[in-house]
Amino acid sequence: MQLAAQFRARAIEMSHQAKAAHLASALSCIDVVAVLYDSVLRVDPSNPKWSDRDRFILSKGHAATALYAALEHKNFINQSDIASYGKEGSLLEEHPSPKLPGVEAATGSLGHGLPIGCGIALAGQIKKQTYRTFVLMSDGECNEGSVWEACLFASANKLENLCAFVDFNKWQATGRSKEVLGLEPLAEKFRIFGWIVHEIDGHDHSQILQTINAPYSGKSKPTMIVAHTVKGKGVSFMEDDNNWHYRIPTSEEVVLAKTELGVS
Amino acid sequence: MRNTFAKAVTELSDVYPELVMLAGDIGNRLFDEMKEKHPNRFLNCGVAEANMTGVAAGLAASGMRPITYTITPFNTVRCLEQIRLDVCYPNLPVIIVGTGAGLSYAGLGATHHSMEDIALLRTLPNMHVVCPADPVEVKLAVADALRLGAPTYIRLGKKGEPTVHLTVPHFEIGKGISIREGNDIALVSVGNMLPEAVATADKLQVGGISAQVISLHTVKPLDQLLLSGLFANKKLVVVLEEHALIGGTSSAILEWGCDQGVDLNKLMRFGGPDRFLFACGGQRQARKLAGLTAENITQKILARLS
Repeated sequence: MQLAAQFRARAIEMSHQAKAAHLASALSCIDVVAVLYDSVLRVDPSNPKWSDRDRFILSKGHAATALYAALEHKNFINQSDIASYGKEGSLLEEHPSPKLPGVEAATGSLGHGLPIGCGIALAGQIKKQTYRTFVLMSDGECNEGSVWEACLFASANKLENLCAFVDFNKWQATGRSKEVLGLEPLAEKFRIFGWIVHEIDGHDHSQILQTINAPYSGKSKPTMIVAHTVKGKGVSFMEDDNNWHYRIPTSEEVVLAKTELGVS
Repeated sequence: MRNTFAKAVTELSDVYPELVMLAGDIGNRLFDEMKEKHPNRFLNCGVAEANMTGVAAGLAASGMRPITYTITPFNTVRCLEQIRLDVCYPNLPVIIVGTGAGLSYAGLGATHHSMEDIALLRTLPNMHVVCPADPVEVKLAVADALRLGAPTYIRLGKKGEPTVHLTVPHFEIGKGISIREGNDIALVSVGNMLPEAVATADKLQVGGISAQVISLHTVKPLDQLLLSGLFANKKLVVVLEEHALIGGTSSAILEWGCDQGVDLNKLMRFGGPDRFLFACGGQRQARKLAGLTAENITQKILARLS
């Protein structure tokens, strides 16, 4: 949990310094990202293109600061890279660029990550490699038709080495996801599409880890983890307040938030 | 062209163990031999082109050599953003193949016409745009695209196109091929317009005009050396393409020529109009509607030269 608090503090500082939006979207998925990078992903920062590495695609690319905090933790990038976020000459843009080591795909336009993840998982299947492919999407992203095309494809091709998450914080840019396009019942939709579906508390680290490690080999189905989350999680005055989809924290709010998180 | 394409892919799948064929629920029987030989390297991706393109990008990022294949507008315009972001931005070796380009499927209606694909795909950084003229060039284009290992769009006709090349020419993406020499003017043909270009040259010859015929199979990158020579030495450089005039090959030549300062008064353009074509009948009739027949082209060239 301490690691996730540090990631949250990083995301808050980066949003403030670069005056970059989507802070609450990063905060809601940070626990999943932290568990993946700390306890699951087999990656090697000295060889980012290692062919047997596990792949992670942050398909909700607007939560890039969550990914950058994790890449810093794993030494793909350093503190001065983090400080360069959003500045001229920096590869740390507001949405992840594949030019940055450790980033698998250009995301930010929603609905791209899952099809790409299907291709990566399929390559592993063809070449009989043992890596796993993880894709993290937002609930608003599930408005995109390409998500459902990919759901059909993954299921039809039995991509059991593919594990996707929905960071189900119940909000999208301008409203509740259940109201904008009637997204619920979400988990049921994936079940009908032929996936193994788990519903979890997306802030409970042991549950996240346990679910990722749940048996998948030999099941001939892709795995979808619907992670119930709170947008802006970890900072009381941001939690479930969709204004923080776009709002930038002031200096005072950064201090307040970090105090709440217990990060100096 | 599409039968030759399937045969070429089947042969090349033996040479390239990483080659994966992704089809958008078409061409099923054409690939029977490949499916038999390499069952895990042919995938029917269904009627889902955005996903198919993303899957291709994921495969290519993982060391495979995917080819996506379906009817042209569905494999280009419909999934343009996937091509742009998933394939071109990371510069991945994905080959995108559209069948029935231009007015090949004229009778199927505007849904199946593809008069904008060159314009759109050539704007994408890292993309190569290749328009083979006949079955001989199709086979060579697929092989050269695999050699190239970069984002490549191959624009095919349908089936039954005449073979123009009597011998196998040297083929390199980015280098046009001279089909017939001529002193007065140059007919620069793009893709499946080559038989029309040859017929035009024949008609001009009757009128005493000697026309060089070129298959400009690559629209991007343009063969600058070839074009510079044509603009320097010919009275007219005539571009023929089964594609809209807006944004097509002749537009690309205009852009290049403007930057280079060549004499663009020598350029003549034949392509589709800025409107949807309907009630076309077949390809022949559609070409008449678009003014893309040897008769019309010859007449216009003669008028210009007089």
